[in-house]
This record gives sequence, C-alpha cells and structure tokens, in this order.
Amino acid sequence: MSGDQRAGIDAAALAEAVSSAVAAHRGEPGPLMEILHTLQASIGWVPPEAIGLLANELNLSRAEVHGVVTFYHDFRATPPAATLVRICRAEACQSVGARALADHARDRLGIDYGETSADGSVALAQVFCFGNCALGPAVEVGGLLYGRVDADRLDALLDGATS
Amino acid sequence: MSTGSPVVIYVPRDSAARSVGADEVADRIALAAAERDREVSIVRNGSRGLLWLEPMVEVETDAGRVAYGPVTPDDVDRLVDEGLFDGADNALSQGLTEQIGWLRDQHRLTFARVGVIDPLSLDDYQAHGGLVGLRSALDLPPAQVTEEVITSGLRGRGGAGFPAGIKWQTVMNAEAGQKYICCNADEGDSGTYADRMLLEGDPFCLIEGMLIAARAVGATQGYIYLRSEYPAAAETLRTAIEIAYSRGLLGASVLGSDTSFDLALRMGAGAYICGEETSMLESLEGKRGVIRPKPPIPALAGLFGRPTVVNNVITLASVPGIMAESGAAYAELGVERSRGTQVFQLAGNIARGGIVETAFGISLDDLVHGYGGGTRNGRPVRAVQVGGPLGAYLPVEQFDLPLDYEAFAAVGAMVGHGGVVVFDDTVDMAVQARFAMEFCAEESCGKCTPCRIGSVRGVEVIDKIIADQDRDSNLVLLDDLCETMVDGSLCAMGGLTPMPVRSAIKHFPDDFDRPGVTPPPRATVELVDRHAAPQQPATDGIGTTEVTP
Repeated sequence: MSGDQRAGIDAAALAEAVSSAVAAHRGEPGPLMEILHTLQASIGWVPPEAIGLLANELNLSRAEVHGVVTFYHDFRATPPAATLVRICRAEACQSVGARALADHARDRLGIDYGETSADGSVALAQVFCFGNCALGPAVEVGGLLYGRVDADRLDALLDGATS
Repeated sequence: MSTGSPVVIYVPRDSAARSVGADEVADRIALAAAERDREVSIVRNGSRGLLWLEPMVEVETDAGRVAYGPVTPDDVDRLVDEGLFDGADNALSQGLTEQIGWLRDQHRLTFARVGVIDPLSLDDYQAHGGLVGLRSALDLPPAQVTEEVITSGLRGRGGAGFPAGIKWQTVMNAEAGQKYICCNADEGDSGTYADRMLLEGDPFCLIEGMLIAARAVGATQGYIYLRSEYPAAAETLRTAIEIAYSRGLLGASVLGSDTSFDLALRMGAGAYICGEETSMLESLEGKRGVIRPKPPIPALAGLFGRPTVVNNVITLASVPGIMAESGAAYAELGVERSRGTQVFQLAGNIARGGIVETAFGISLDDLVHGYGGGTRNGRPVRAVQVGGPLGAYLPVEQFDLPLDYEAFAAVGAMVGHGGVVVFDDTVDMAVQARFAMEFCAEESCGKCTPCRIGSVRGVEVIDKIIADQDRDSNLVLLDDLCETMVDGSLCAMGGLTPMPVRSAIKHFPDDFDRPGVTPPPRATVELVDRHAAPQQPATDGIGTTEVTP
C-alpha cells in the first residue's frame, strides 16, 4: 500500500482546516458528517490526527468520531491519488460485462480495488451503482462519469488520466 | 428560415446523457452555431428517459420539439449542415418527441416535466403545472391534505410500499414541538435511477412534495439525504434550494401562507445501508449508519427522536400531482392495492433502456420485450432481477406476471423501487447468487448477526456448491442459512438478501448443478468482517449455529 510515503499535512495546517470545517457547520444539528465532507473537500482526506481535534471541537469521544470516519467508504485515511478510478460492480453493469472490465482495469493498473499505484497517480475503487444502469458498464475517472465503457474506452480514459 | 429569435435546442444535463457525451455535444452545437452565425439558445434539460437515444438533442420547431439521437459530438457538424437548427430530417431523426411511440404510450405523471423543462427555472416549472398542488394544499386544512394522499392509494416508492398517507397521518397526530420531513434520496439499488433523474430533471417537484408533506403533518424542517455517488444531482438540488429560498417558496411563510419550512441537503458518504430509513436517520444525525430496531417507528420517534416523515424521492414527487388533480383521480390508475403509476427503470442488458412510467399492472414481458426490445446484444433474455439487489431473479417463464406489489410478493419476488435489470442467456445464476451474499457482506452495517455473519457464510457455502463439494447437503445448509437471515435480521438488508439467492436456486437449478465448470469469480474483496471482533475460521454449519435470534 502506498500513500504513507506521500506527503502528509503539517499539524498547524490540519488544525486550521479542522476548525474552519467545524466553523462552517456551527449551529447545525448532528454536523459530524457534514464537517467530514467539508474537511475532505478542503484537504483531500481525513488524517487520523484530525480525529482527536474533531472530538475536542464537537465534545464527542474519539471513538465516536473514529467510528463515523471508518464506517463510510468515502472518507479516506490517506492522501488521495492524483486520479481516482471507480468501477461499478453492481448487477446492471455486471449484465453488460463489468466483471471483465474490472479484471482488465486491475491487470492493466496492477492494483486491486482499494489500492493506489506505486507512484501515487491512480487509485482504483469499487462502487455499487452510479445510477447509470441503462448505459453500463459505468466507470468514473477523476470525478467524471462515463457510460458504455468497454476495454478500449477504459484504456483511452486511463491513458488520459496517467499521461 | 433564419429569423430574429434564437432557435431553442435542448441537450440534456442528466448524468446518463453526460456519461455518453452530452456536454461535448452541447459545446459542439454552440460552436457550430457561432461559426454559421445562427443564434441558438441551448437549454440543458433533464433526460426524457429514452436513455438508449442519449445524448438526445431536441430542436424547438413550429410543429413541436423534434428529437435526434443518439448524437455523438462528431455528428454535430454534419447534422447542422443538414438543417438541424430547422428541425430537418436526417439519419438520426426520431420525429416529434411527443410522437415517439415509446414515450407516447406511457402515462407520465411524476415524470411529466422531466426532460421537458429547464430543471432550474422556477418559471418554467410553474408554466408546466408546478406549484398548483402546493397552493391547493395551503388552502386546505392539514387533515384534508393527508386524507387526499390516503385516498390516492400512494404507497412508498422506495421499495417497501407502505401507504404514504397512513405514515403522514401518524406523524400528523403525534404531539411534538418539532417534526421533520426527510427525503430518502440514497438510491443505492442497482438498476434504479429514477430518483437521480427526477432530482436532476425536476428538483422543484421534490421540494414541492416536501412542502406539501410539511403542511400536512406540521413539520418545519426538512432534509434531503442524498448519496454521494450523485454529485450532479447534489449540484442541481443546492441551486434549486437557493432559488426556492430566494423566491419565497422556502423559509418563513411559504408563498405568503402561515406555513414555514426550512430545507437542507445532506450528503451520504458511500454506504448502501443508509438507504434503510433508520440507518439514514442515524447518518443524518452525524453518526455511523447503523440501523435502529423498530419499534419505535420513525413516524413517532425519528430524526433526533422526533416524529418524522421518511419518504423516498418518487413518493414525495408524486404528491404535487395528486394534490393538483385529486387523490381519487390518481387511484383510478393501477390494479388491486397498487394504485397510480410506477416509474419503472429498464436497466442492464437491454436494447431500449430508460424510464417507463405507466400504471401498475403492466406485465414484465411488456416492459422487457415491448418497451425494452430485449437485450442490447441481441441474445435471448434469460433472467431479470426486479427491485434491486435484494429483489428476486425471475425467468422468462414468469414474464406474464403483472407489476403489482401483491402479485410479486405471492411468488416470492418484489416490485421494490421498480428497477428491472435484464440478463442474457450467458448469465451464470450461481455467480449472481454468490454476488448477492458478497454484496450483503460488503454493505452490512454489522448491527445484527444474521446479516453480518450470515452473508459471509453464504458466500462460503455457495463457493462450495459451485465447486461441487457436498453439493446436496450444502444446498440444504444454504437454505437454512437463508431462513435464519430472513427470520433473524433486523432490517431488509439481511432479511431480503436471501430473495435473489433462493430465487436463483429455484428458477435456475441447472446453474447450481454443474460440478466444477464455474470457478468462483476472482476474489475482489477480502471477505473480512470489518465490523466485528475476529471470527473463527469457517467451518460447515457455522452460519446456522452461531446465530442468535
């Protein structure tokens, strides 16, 4: 697993990011999820060091914050790769060849779901449904959704992402 | 034909259309028009739901809107030279949109405006019948609004099919200082995309539905819980909510009435289970999306312990139409206890996939072969899965089944959210059954044992069956395990996962009978139970003996 050797975030910058995320949702009931989204949008991930800071700010236990961060697939505990490639694994995409497409992606990138390439350029993730079920297989590259993706189209998208 | 007024061109902004190039098509049209000195006004509408024709471009003409599709970016210059801006015929012409048989034969109520209007124009919305239902509801006593929804027979479109009006009545009658309306837009089921398309194509319709619900039950705060996999819907909703505030539709004194209602968008974070209503409430409270046992029901003790209406997007979006016409008019459509229309979603390996809104009672065959035109690759249809990943697999022999909640339940299936996923004759149903268990293992919240452990054991047992290891006794074991999950799980995730598994075994026994020919799919995710303490290594029978009810 890479990620750990990539740049982290210094303590002061993190504290600043956490307090501004908290401030953005001050007064909202049950704000932790919203704060985590805001934090991740601003620095790209939720560093483990943020958990104690958030717990302090919100008067929650560290366990509660940790529990929420780790429950949801979206919150990342490591800095993000330059490009995130997400492949739909759900039934509608399966029916039009998503399994073979995912195998192709893993072979080509040499990584499995949940992993990041050694140079930190591409991360691969599974998703259960993008709601593009009539135009599958569906793949998201760098935040953009693509439909009717076959191996050639995926190669072209990956070329674009990694070049 | 070039007159002073610009030609109005519609290019959908819907995610599905954009996934196959709609943004580029819109750019190329703008460019082509500029090069030819034609004035055009490009409206980014929702999708009409004829998804196999996306990107589907429409051109406004004196005779009506003319459709072209599927239009690729490279088609644009040629089409423009062939008279696209004047609605001329060409190889991609579909004729007048309203006259396309596939669309014309539907009964669009909830989706009446989707693809027709500019989703973010409140004026366009009102010009197409928007806010009529809300104005009528604001003039009525709350109890009468609830009564109208009960009369309509509207049932929860999220899958469970609970009568919406009865739920509203429970919340209305509950004594509380604060009540909530929560819209469940966590549309995680594969094969369903109607929520997304409505949110992207007609967001004010949902807002209006929530306002009517608020008026009926006396709620002053609402939340839309939207899955993070739908960023485009989130953007559209945020803008729509801002517009609604600026135009006096949200906030204090809705449209000048004594009803006030605040609405906020909250995002999920990639957890399928948060589509289960109690799990969604936990998530809205900023906690882990772990389900709550019921009772108490959310209608009495929901968000932050207060009485809460939790309805799906399509349920709430159906209400404005009901209030604009009447509950009785809505109830005239449909069959038996399934009243009104259902927004069916044709998905998977299908030639003509998309939105088919029609009265309940249509047969599976009419949907799959009639509207859908069979498979996309031309192979015979072998199975469909109806109602999402927790729904049953049905063989073609059952295609005369009417889409009706009770008729489906009677054969061990469910209509669910109305998604229909089509598979051709190459599908291996043992692999599909295995996936159902694997999906449950991945997405279980971990609260109850039958779901958390049962699904992991389910994968293992199915692997043994596929490998022809004591197949007969393992099939018995699998059935036992399914029974435990059905009877012992706290929510529909564990309780319904056996539905696709058992239906696959029942209708496609041959697929479970072929020793050694089907290697298990390449392991994609380690089946580690990440919610619980380390488990014992698997041994036969552990799934049934470990479970405590």
